[in-house]
Amino acid sequence: MKGIVSVIGKDRLGIIADVSTTLTEQSVNIVDLSQTILDDYFTMVMLVDLETMKCSFKELSDELEKCGQRLGLSVKIQHQSIFDAMHNLEYGGFNR
Amino acid sequence: MTNLQSVLETIRMIEKENLDIRTITMGISLLDCIDSDGEKARKRIYEKITRLAKDLVKVGEDLEQELGIPIINKRISVTPISLIAAATSEEDYTAFAQILDKAAMDVGVNFIGGFSALVEKGYAKGDRILIQSLPNALASTERVCASVNVGTSKVGINMDAVRDLGHIVKEIAERTKDNCSIGCAKLVVFVNSVEDNPFMAGAYHGVGEPDAVINVGVSGPGVVKAALEKVEGESFDVVAETIKRTAFKITRVGQLVGEEVSKRLGIPFGIMDLSLAPTPEIGDSVARILEEIGLEACGTHGTTAALAMLNDAVKKGGIMASNHVGGLSGAFIPVSEDEGMIAAVNSGALTFDKLEAMTCVCSVGLDMIAIPGDTPASTISAIIADEAAIGVINNKTTAVRIIPAIGKDVGDTLNFGGLLGYAPIMSVHKFSSEKMIARGGRIPAPVHSFKN
Repeated sequence: MKGIVSVIGKDRLGIIADVSTTLTEQSVNIVDLSQTILDDYFTMVMLVDLETMKCSFKELSDELEKCGQRLGLSVKIQHQSIFDAMHNLEYGGFNR
Repeated sequence: MTNLQSVLETIRMIEKENLDIRTITMGISLLDCIDSDGEKARKRIYEKITRLAKDLVKVGEDLEQELGIPIINKRISVTPISLIAAATSEEDYTAFAQILDKAAMDVGVNFIGGFSALVEKGYAKGDRILIQSLPNALASTERVCASVNVGTSKVGINMDAVRDLGHIVKEIAERTKDNCSIGCAKLVVFVNSVEDNPFMAGAYHGVGEPDAVINVGVSGPGVVKAALEKVEGESFDVVAETIKRTAFKITRVGQLVGEEVSKRLGIPFGIMDLSLAPTPEIGDSVARILEEIGLEACGTHGTTAALAMLNDAVKKGGIMASNHVGGLSGAFIPVSEDEGMIAAVNSGALTFDKLEAMTCVCSVGLDMIAIPGDTPASTISAIIADEAAIGVINNKTTAVRIIPAIGKDVGDTLNFGGLLGYAPIMSVHKFSSEKMIARGGRIPAPVHSFKN
């Protein structure tokens, strides 16, 4: 199962490093990454593989939220299927 | 990978435009709980509901976290209680309402619907007792929702029931007057009611439904309004297309949640209800969509046309996004539950009569309207009769959920709190309908040809 990590907030040093470390600590692999500056806001979206994740989804979500608090921006993880459902005509349901 | 813009669009819809799943409703058949001994029947009812729905709230909360979208309500609908309780010799069904209330509380759902009777052609024994029990049942429970179906396009309108319900509505208002007459907010009088509606207060689990089923309703007025802000001044072709695309996206999320809840609970997925359901919060209003289309205030001339187009476009977009569409599926226009509707009433733009016209082109009817507490029962019955006629003649579901505000008059407000919101009291016609309502009997089934 795959998740989408979204990071939105004011740009600063070490955002990618800190988010990546939080993911690595739980053995979550980053599959793809896309990033831009939108209206002065740092905006990053990561596709992550949750197959090898060591903790529960909730624990990972809490860790990322804490990471966001440290960095002063919003860091969230959502299951990939909600984005597929909305934007991909051919989506195949909630993939595990 | 889903592209950046799409991800951000979804996040914006959820965080800024109030996109949410309004309700996951588990329908449960109680037909196998029937017993001539009321106590035994209630024991079975409690046992069945708490067994099937014990994980409903938890699964909803898990998915809320995993998908990152709020799932506001988890609810239950059951077989109309008039059918279940009729086998007993009891003469008051309040105890059945109370056991539903307890079951709802114990599994953690905020409403349970189905304290209902279907009387379009006449009263069976259980129907009459259930209707007479309504004031007591709704005054002594917190989470129970009730409905009565008084007509269908096939058989016409039961005017005896319409007459009786005028009195019942007033009695419920009186019995719950210390709490804003909130009992009336939990009673819907329908025609052409549907068996798979996930929305309260009108949800019940029809006899043609499976033993248990999951139905889902989404909400997204804020998302539709935000999409229309981007096409300001464009033609109706563009407006309709924009609404369709938006409705598709909203509905797809509901479909995803419905399928997954169903999988996790091992209960079949029933339908997606495509209704646009507002809340009293800013940015979650159907009225504001109509205003975005170009009306100075909801209720002015042009409102009915704008609403008709909106309702139709939502269906067209939603139907392709879901494998099974059902329920009420249309834009809701409850007054107290929609910030823009409340503002339109307060500014004088939206009147009772215009609301009635609007119900001709959308679901579901005269909904959550507060009227003066001294309105005669016969006038309430006449309001129900008018709304019933609109539904029966136009082959659509219509309903009345009206609250006589005891001791209050036009200019006052009833504040229910929460999702039920607050309602400015609206004036109704002062001329009597007494003699018409006193006639009773049945309005015959309409002709289904020669449509004009």
